[in-house]
Amino acid sequence: MASSETAPAVGQRVRGLAPFLRSQMRNIAPFLTLIFLSGFFALASPSFATLDNLGNILTQVSVTGIIAVGLTFVILCAEIDLSIASIANVTGIAVAYFTLQDSYVNIPNIPLPGAAAILLAILLCALLGLVNALGLTVIGIPSFIMTLAMMQIAAGISALLVRGQIAYKVPGVITTLGSGSIGGIPWIVIVAAIMLLGGHLVLTYTRFGRYVYMVGGNREAAEYSGLNVKLILGAVMVISAVCSGIGGMLGVAHFGSAQQNEFDTYLLDSIAAVVVGGTSLFGGRGGIGNTIVGLFVLGVLNNGLDHVNIDSFLKILIRGLILLAALVINVYAQRLREKAAE
Amino acid sequence: MREDRSPILELQGITKSFGGVEALRGVDFALSPGEIHGLVGENGAGKSTLMKIIAGVHTEFSGRFLIDGQQTHFRSARDAHTAGIAMVHQELSVAPDLTVAENVFLGNQPTHRLGLVQWRRMAREAGEQLARFGIDVDPMSRLGDLPIGLQQLIEIARVLFSGARIVILDEPTSALSPPEVERLFATLQRLREEGTAIVFISHFIEDILRVSDTVTVFRNGRKVAETASASTSKGALIEAMIGRGGEALEHSYSDDLMLPRPSDSSVVLKVDQLSLARSLKDISFEARAGEVLGIYGFMGCGQQELSRILFGKLKPDGGTLAVEGKPKTFASTAAARRAGVALVPESRRAMLFHQEPVYKNISISILDRISALLLKPAQERDIAKRQVEQLQIRPPVVGLDLGMLSGGNQQKVALAKWLTYPPKLLVLCEPTRGMDVGAKNDVINIVRDLRAKGLAIIVLSTEPETVLSLADRILVLKRGALVREFTNEPVSKDRLLEAA
Repeated sequence: MASSETAPAVGQRVRGLAPFLRSQMRNIAPFLTLIFLSGFFALASPSFATLDNLGNILTQVSVTGIIAVGLTFVILCAEIDLSIASIANVTGIAVAYFTLQDSYVNIPNIPLPGAAAILLAILLCALLGLVNALGLTVIGIPSFIMTLAMMQIAAGISALLVRGQIAYKVPGVITTLGSGSIGGIPWIVIVAAIMLLGGHLVLTYTRFGRYVYMVGGNREAAEYSGLNVKLILGAVMVISAVCSGIGGMLGVAHFGSAQQNEFDTYLLDSIAAVVVGGTSLFGGRGGIGNTIVGLFVLGVLNNGLDHVNIDSFLKILIRGLILLAALVINVYAQRLREKAAE
Repeated sequence: MREDRSPILELQGITKSFGGVEALRGVDFALSPGEIHGLVGENGAGKSTLMKIIAGVHTEFSGRFLIDGQQTHFRSARDAHTAGIAMVHQELSVAPDLTVAENVFLGNQPTHRLGLVQWRRMAREAGEQLARFGIDVDPMSRLGDLPIGLQQLIEIARVLFSGARIVILDEPTSALSPPEVERLFATLQRLREEGTAIVFISHFIEDILRVSDTVTVFRNGRKVAETASASTSKGALIEAMIGRGGEALEHSYSDDLMLPRPSDSSVVLKVDQLSLARSLKDISFEARAGEVLGIYGFMGCGQQELSRILFGKLKPDGGTLAVEGKPKTFASTAAARRAGVALVPESRRAMLFHQEPVYKNISISILDRISALLLKPAQERDIAKRQVEQLQIRPPVVGLDLGMLSGGNQQKVALAKWLTYPPKLLVLCEPTRGMDVGAKNDVINIVRDLRAKGLAIIVLSTEPETVLSLADRILVLKRGALVREFTNEPVSKDRLLEAA
């Protein structure tokens, strides 16, 4: 699923297969990992390689996938967003906060019509993204620190809204998209697929997408080309926050409840999906295609480990080791590519 | 040591290709202790590639590589370093955030037995080393705060005094002022007497002739001549380099050159009372349509800052800018571009995308004109192809990653980027630095074409030849202030140097 942006095959005069493979290591390695893991679990467990289970995997990675769309933009620009999970959480909570809850839910909330609740929730995450953007571009706080603060701020807003309670009801359309299905396909998978496709189209075929790659590839050169680098960086931070917010709303519907710290694991999962897929942490290389492969690697790994009856505590360690391996490949691939370009 | 002429380094039949393009074809090269060996050749002729092989940067090549008569194969730059080979690259490779002393001792700081850095000893020894080289700076000051020329001198000093047996200098003098060049040459002579073998690559042929014992000429990846410096001339070397009658190409600019009468065409840029901290003081001038305005000055005279202000990268402390009569305060480079200003900075690295194909590098500045939302790759390629043809960029393949082009061709891409977006004002910083004669002439012709099309062009350079070959009117910038204007009068290299 390498996007055409990452594989400039046309006119590229690389003689021989080996240099070409080296330059494409970033795209090939994650794919081989995916094939290897799938093969391994298929052999290890008869219940793994079934159509039902494929559906499970797809559903399991959907929320991560939605969040990872925006994060891909951010990482392509050589920035990071650590507030994605918190913003997902607060947006999910906000949409529930503006929805009429059953009488036993003891939250002093403000029930509004469904459309208004969704709109307000989206506005909230966009606003938080805008704060990230302003901190990064206007004040000049490194994104790592800025979004670390935002992670805490969003968690704080979540805490104030639910006050330790759990809300259950969200607007009908969100419930449907989060937990319903059509023709046997869960809506949440369809939404994730559409968002991933949309992200891919934007990155590959629009001017904005090109700018994202250029800013990530060489920020100084982008500035000397007269691009509005700050605007582009700001835009990706907002895109990231809104994708997280959408993931959060559907996630709340998918889990059936909205509460504090519900999305904590999604921070690491989303970053892992993007990076394991081969998008460069140094910016400018990779794309949604890579993120999709990364999502599948994580999905297959999480799901497969359940099928082979592994100690659930060991699972965490294994995930960590796989992430480490992916990071090593990520850095190594960058080096190989630079060598191939020499 | 001079009588020991058995080579310290010997290369035989070296061939190296990059992605199918042969950069070196069967080159022989030998270096003796106590020899300064000059290398000349056009950009992309193979000089830098050969030196990178010697310095262990390129490790894959064919041919024999002998050190002290022993066949060797370096697997990394570290291997070369261990073997006593050190190289100063054309582009600065210093750590601007570290102190001068730390840069001098980069990688081998003196330490106590416990592994702690001996700061005082390091500062003292760094100060002594630099003093031997005639550099007087506080070893504990931050390197990045010093002028670029001084930074380069410090980097050269570091390599020269690293104890290497073979020192390779790639374009060491391009960022240095004349007195700094003299200091460098004196040090090179001293090292030669101590038995160090030195390779000196430069486009300044006078420098090569002055300092080296032997000169080797490269053309198209081949060694085409090797002679004693004493028995050749600038004209002969240029002829060997470009393979055609060379004398006429390199103008010496030692004679007076008559500047035209001031143009009375419309004012494109008006700068009034511009100032910036310690860098610029009350700068006022005008740039007119169809005129090339040259701004000459030594390294660190404020040229760089001035160019950055014109392109919205730096904000001035005071003064005003007006483009076509409209006052402008550029909040960003994007605003400057929209107002019709374009800048080619002195460093190609700063404005090009090495991992992206040539056509994306060229089209980046006009994307917003050819596409509102969706990209039009076919159109981008067409535009790029036209530029590649017009500027004779080699190889003429717009899909090739930019990093695979030679330096001179990259510089042309940097120009091409703005030519598709005809700006009203084009600001060029050191447009011919590090270029060979042929490429220089190409750039001069491109600039003249643009002038004929009515662009206002500002050329900022620390090389008098560059300004003299291009400008219709010349301003001299000295320590941040404009000290002299040459217009409608005779001017020469001497007069410029005198004014600066």
